[in-house]
Amino acid sequence: MKCDLVVVGAGPAGSMAAKTAADEGLDVVLLEKRQEIGDPVRCAEGVGKVALAEMVKPDPSWISAEVRGARIYAPDGTPFVMTEDRAGSEVGYVLERKVFDRMLAMKAAEAGARVMVKTRALGLLEENGVPTGIIALHIGEKIEIEAPLIIGADGIESKVGRWAGIDTVLKPQDIEVGVQFLVQDGKIDGEYCEFFLGNEIAPGGYVWAFPKGKNLANLGIGIQGSRSDPGMSLRLLQRFLKEHMPQAKILEMMVGGVPVSGPIESTTSNGVMLVGDAARQSDPITGGGIINAMRAGVMAGEVAAELVQQGDLSREALKIYEDRWRDTIGKQIARNYSAKELFVTLTDSDLNGLVHSLEGEDVANLELKDLLKLLARQNPKLLWKLRHLRR
Amino acid sequence: MLIINRYKCGYCGACVGACPATALELVETWLEVDESCVGCGICTKICPLGALELTEEGET
Repeated sequence: MKCDLVVVGAGPAGSMAAKTAADEGLDVVLLEKRQEIGDPVRCAEGVGKVALAEMVKPDPSWISAEVRGARIYAPDGTPFVMTEDRAGSEVGYVLERKVFDRMLAMKAAEAGARVMVKTRALGLLEENGVPTGIIALHIGEKIEIEAPLIIGADGIESKVGRWAGIDTVLKPQDIEVGVQFLVQDGKIDGEYCEFFLGNEIAPGGYVWAFPKGKNLANLGIGIQGSRSDPGMSLRLLQRFLKEHMPQAKILEMMVGGVPVSGPIESTTSNGVMLVGDAARQSDPITGGGIINAMRAGVMAGEVAAELVQQGDLSREALKIYEDRWRDTIGKQIARNYSAKELFVTLTDSDLNGLVHSLEGEDVANLELKDLLKLLARQNPKLLWKLRHLRR
Repeated sequence: MLIINRYKCGYCGACVGACPATALELVETWLEVDESCVGCGICTKICPLGALELTEEGET
C-alpha cells in the first residue's frame, strides 16, 4: 500500500492531523491499533469551550456535561472558585471521549483519509536510514504502508518517536499516573469541576471530580510518578472515595498516565513528526491534553500538506512544525512546566497558605495564567521562582 | 525479571512511556516485555494498579 502520509494513532491529535492533511489533498492512511476508536478512555474528559469550538462544532452527542467553572480545595478543605465565563478557561465541557474520538476519526474519513482499525505499527520501513513508511500488523497480518511522511500520534506509549531516534522517555517525575472511576452518587456537584489538592490526597498531583451528567462524575487521581509506589494511585483513590462519597457506585474504571515533562527537545526527525501525548504536549499543570493535541494535529497536518507537495521531508524542512507548535501551544506548556516544578515541592501548609491568600480577592473570573500571576504576587517568598509571572 | 499480572493490568501504557529501555509494548489490551528489559523497576513503581513486579533472576 502506498500513500502520502501515514498517521499512527486515531486519538484527537492523529485524527485532526489526518483530517487537515486530507482536506489539503494528501492521500492519508490513519492507523488505530485498537478495534474501537476512543476506547478504553484514559482521560478526565474536561475541555475548554472556546478553544474546542474553534476546531469543531460542539454537539450534544459527545458532550456529557457543561460546567460553570472549577472549584479547587486546599488540603484543609478551603475552597476557591474559578468560573468558566472567560475565554481560554481550562474547563467548560466534560466530553464523552468514546463518541468524541470516533467523531473526529469520522471527520478524517470524510475528508478522504483511509482509516484502518486493529492495525498496530510494528516499526519503520527504511531506505538508507530514511523512513519510507510503516510496517504494521493489520488484524494479525503483516502489511507495509509506503509513505514519505509519518505522523506519530501514538499517545503516552509512543513508539514512532523512539524508532526515529527521538528521545521521548518520560522520567518518573515527568509523568502523572492515575486511576479514574465513573461514579454514581447523589452528592455529586453537577455544576463545577472539582479539584482536591494535598500531599496526603495525591502526592504531586490532585484528585478531580468532573460531572458527567445527573449524579455522575469522573472521579480520578493523578500522582507524580516519582512519588508513586506500586498500586498507590488505586489505593489513594479508593480511600478518597470511602471518605468523601462512601455510598458511591463505581460504573466504570479507567487507568492512565499523563506526560508532564514540558516541551521535549525534539518532536521531529527525517520524515517523522510527533503530535499530542506522543510529543508530550499535554499541560504540565492541569494534565489537560485534548486541545493541545488537536492544535498540534492541525499544525502537523498543514505542514505535511505543504512539504509533501514540495517534496522535502528532511528534519530541517520539518522544523517549520517545531517552530509553529513551540511558538503557540509550546509557550504555555513551558510556562506551566516551571509552575508544576514548583508546585510539586509545596507542603500542605504551603498549599493552604496559597488558597488563604486568595481570600477577599476576586478570582472567580481569572484564567489559570492570571491566577498564577496573582498567587505569585500574593506569595512572593514562597513562589519566588514564579517571579517572572508577576509582571 | 519483570512479571506482568495481566489480571491487574489496566493496559494504560504509562509504563511504556516511562521505560528507559523501550522494553515494553502495549498491544491492544495486554502488555508485553522483551529481552531488552534492564530490571530498573521504574514501571513497577509508577504502575497505578500495581500490576508489575520485579523478581530476582531465576525466580518465577
